[in-house]
Amino acid sequence: MKSAPRLQSRPLSPHLQIYRRTMTMTMSIVHRITGAGLYAGTLLLAWWLIAAAMGPDAYSAFRSFIGSWPGKLVLLGYTWALIHHLLGGLRHFTWDVGRGFDLPVANSLARATLIGSVLLTIVVWIAGNSARGVMSL
Amino acid sequence: MNGMHTPLNHVRGLGSAKTGTTHFWVQRLTALVNVPLALFLIASLLALVGADYPTVRSYLANPLVVTLLLLLILSGTWHMCIGMQMIIEDYVPGRSAMLALLTLNIFFSAAVALACIYAVLKIGFNS
Repeated sequence: MKSAPRLQSRPLSPHLQIYRRTMTMTMSIVHRITGAGLYAGTLLLAWWLIAAAMGPDAYSAFRSFIGSWPGKLVLLGYTWALIHHLLGGLRHFTWDVGRGFDLPVANSLARATLIGSVLLTIVVWIAGNSARGVMSL
Repeated sequence: MNGMHTPLNHVRGLGSAKTGTTHFWVQRLTALVNVPLALFLIASLLALVGADYPTVRSYLANPLVVTLLLLLILSGTWHMCIGMQMIIEDYVPGRSAMLALLTLNIFFSAAVALACIYAVLKIGFNS
């Protein structure tokens, strides 16, 4: 392979400007985006576990972040991303066993993933808020 | 052709890396095990809402919880590492940048995994 002395810019085939935004296409990229978000969010999980291992002072510092509004926002986003990526993963498993490739079924699966993730996130957060009375710690 | 000669493309590292099927399979396996483990994590966090530090600590020290958390950490970080590898390979222009990010990806995943494993074991062994 000869490396060119400079990159020759070649025209890209237009895609975002042309293709109709289908539900399946959108959910596919959202699956990737939620995956990347969860990747970053493991830092939150690590912080929680390390704070718990280090002692009550470290844990209170973690708590005050998670109880603050930015912390709650991050936690909400992480919850939704986790549930959405999980449901999307189940959708991929359906395809892996060879089912759900018909367009109407694929569209329904995509819609169900989004609706399901929003609903389940709400359920989880209501459960969290009612579990000992308050979410703010 | 002389049997001692390696094809040039092989030397130059071109062509398929032949790990595609392995990646696909490991991604599916870790995904499968992540489903119940992630549900366990959500359930645990819901159970620990508003709990004081000693409660959290004793929950995390439970041997079953420790085992499930270790499984989640291992499977989750492996899954995220492979997944991020796909993203990097797809989007990053330029070979050096791509290789650098692939390396950082492995380091980040390993570091997060080890930090979490250490924390979980520390709690588990000190109770």
